[in-house]
Amino acid sequence: MNVIVELEKPLLELEAKIEGLKKLNETQRVDFSAEIRALNEKALSLEEEIFGNLTPWQRVHLARHPKRPLAMDYIARLDGFVELHGDRGYRDDPALVAGFAYLAGTPVFVLAQQKGRDTKENLYRSFGMAHPEGYRKAARIMRLAEKFAKPLISFIDTPGAYPGIGAEERGQSEAIATNIKLMTGLRVPIVVNIIGEGGSGGALAIGVGDRVLMLQHAIYSVASPEAASSILWRDSSKAEEAAQRLRLTSEDLFEFGIVDEVVPEPMGGAHRDPGKVIDAVLAADKRALETLMRLAPDELVDQRYEKYRKIGAHEEMVLDRAAR
Amino acid sequence: MPTPNWLRRRGAKPQAADDKLWEICPSCGERIFIKDLDARLRVCPKCGHHFRLPALDRIALLADGDFDEIAENLTTGDPLGWSDRIPYREKTQNDRTKSGLLEAIIVGFCTIERMPAGLGVMEFNFRGGTMGGVVGEKVTLLVEECARRRVPCVLVTASGGARMEEGMIGLMQLAKTSAAVERFGELGLPLVSILTDPTTGGVSASYGFQADIVIAESGAAIGFAGRRVIDQTIRQKLPEGFQTAEFLLEHGQVDMVVRRADMKAALANVLRFLTSARYGAAEARRPKSA
Ligand SMILES: [Zn+2]
Repeated sequence: MNVIVELEKPLLELEAKIEGLKKLNETQRVDFSAEIRALNEKALSLEEEIFGNLTPWQRVHLARHPKRPLAMDYIARLDGFVELHGDRGYRDDPALVAGFAYLAGTPVFVLAQQKGRDTKENLYRSFGMAHPEGYRKAARIMRLAEKFAKPLISFIDTPGAYPGIGAEERGQSEAIATNIKLMTGLRVPIVVNIIGEGGSGGALAIGVGDRVLMLQHAIYSVASPEAASSILWRDSSKAEEAAQRLRLTSEDLFEFGIVDEVVPEPMGGAHRDPGKVIDAVLAADKRALETLMRLAPDELVDQRYEKYRKIGAHEEMVLDRAAR
Repeated sequence: MPTPNWLRRRGAKPQAADDKLWEICPSCGERIFIKDLDARLRVCPKCGHHFRLPALDRIALLADGDFDEIAENLTTGDPLGWSDRIPYREKTQNDRTKSGLLEAIIVGFCTIERMPAGLGVMEFNFRGGTMGGVVGEKVTLLVEECARRRVPCVLVTASGGARMEEGMIGLMQLAKTSAAVERFGELGLPLVSILTDPTTGGVSASYGFQADIVIAESGAAIGFAGRRVIDQTIRQKLPEGFQTAEFLLEHGQVDMVVRRADMKAALANVLRFLTSARYGAAEARRPKSA
């Protein structure tokens, strides 16, 4: 059960009540505007109370909210999207959508992880968890982007790469590894958008770029809190604590320099005003591309190298040989 | 559609030998007047089944107007002195009469939604669209000329594979055309293939699948080994829809499946995108030392 869906219930009820009163106000002779004003104020404070100070665990659930805009909602706002299918080898993976489109007139290749809206679509799209053939389709698109000198934009929303027998048989590691390497050297601008869940290597496989944008309430983590809980605590009930410790929020990642820009969301999350959020993300992409396209390919790739070269944390220790 | 000038110059279309008035749709059994079928791009009005489209009609479908044919006089000799039940020379002569073409492909230049492009279209009615020395030469010439003119290349395939009657010369056309495609690719110009019914063997296993974007026409049979060969070799029941365009889409092998009526628009979308302004183009022209 999604904890945000539970949390936001009283607010949604209150908002429904306000809507009802507004309708009455228009059709009846009685004036409800005072009541509406009072309820609106109450709604605002309730919103603040519920969403004003979310814990990382609640943010994980917000990132997975069933109504959160999905990659295809963003793609639908690009012009002239044409989907390109298949890895040319094994299967077309619906968990990873690829194609080309125009962003404010600029031709771009597009890669995206797509979750389903309902159970049926989630089964079809493997909950946004790509198989090796999905990543190989992405690799094919990356090579096309380079060959035809078009920028690449990607939308990340995945719990992680698909864990399964077939995925291992067909080389999940190799597929992810190839993409990460390809993206570090690709001679066109790459803009990455983390819009929901960024789950581990499966996310990074389309996530190395010159500008990494992240929605305020998206998460990006080395492993899902659930996985970290089972791996490190050997106990799946510690997910909440893991979420706390993993530092997976946009603020954390901005501080680490892993994310270059955080795109704010409305109070309560992107699903409270999807159109506005999508427009904000695409506007940020447009700005990022304008800057990046002024750089020559060599400069671009050098800057990308430096960007990733800098990420890390280490200390030094001088061993006292005599004491050993 | 009015007859374009280039088509009028070629003279009338060859008349079908049996002068039949209608065709039976193999998919739904509908009896369709040939006149009606031709008017609907040879797509069954009842079930949407795509009948095979002759090469000249395909060019008329894709090109804006004029089509400037190249290498139009290349014809096939008989390199192996081949004869099976019928001598090779007699077969090619019959196919010339039957198809009204000198070989199994027409190549040339045109515009597609005002974008200049090279266009090669194969004709299944000539030796089953098989690739021998002439088909290989014409594809190569087209690709080379596209490179020289710096325009995209579109190849519409319909083929049973390499031409048996030319032996290893037939097989080697795969390598020859591939070399041209490889060199063309270095220029950053697009090669788009449109796989139509049927595309198998040496043509699918060369430029058919070497394209940057592979478009399959609805319902087309596409594969390497033909159904009959597979049946007779492994004696396994083949799955429903095996080797159809839709099967290939699901199995990750083609970028998209497009209906004939939408083909020109889909092709133009791809060409327009791939030939749009290149990132870093201005930089590339700047001297390295600057
Ligand atoms: Zn029919």
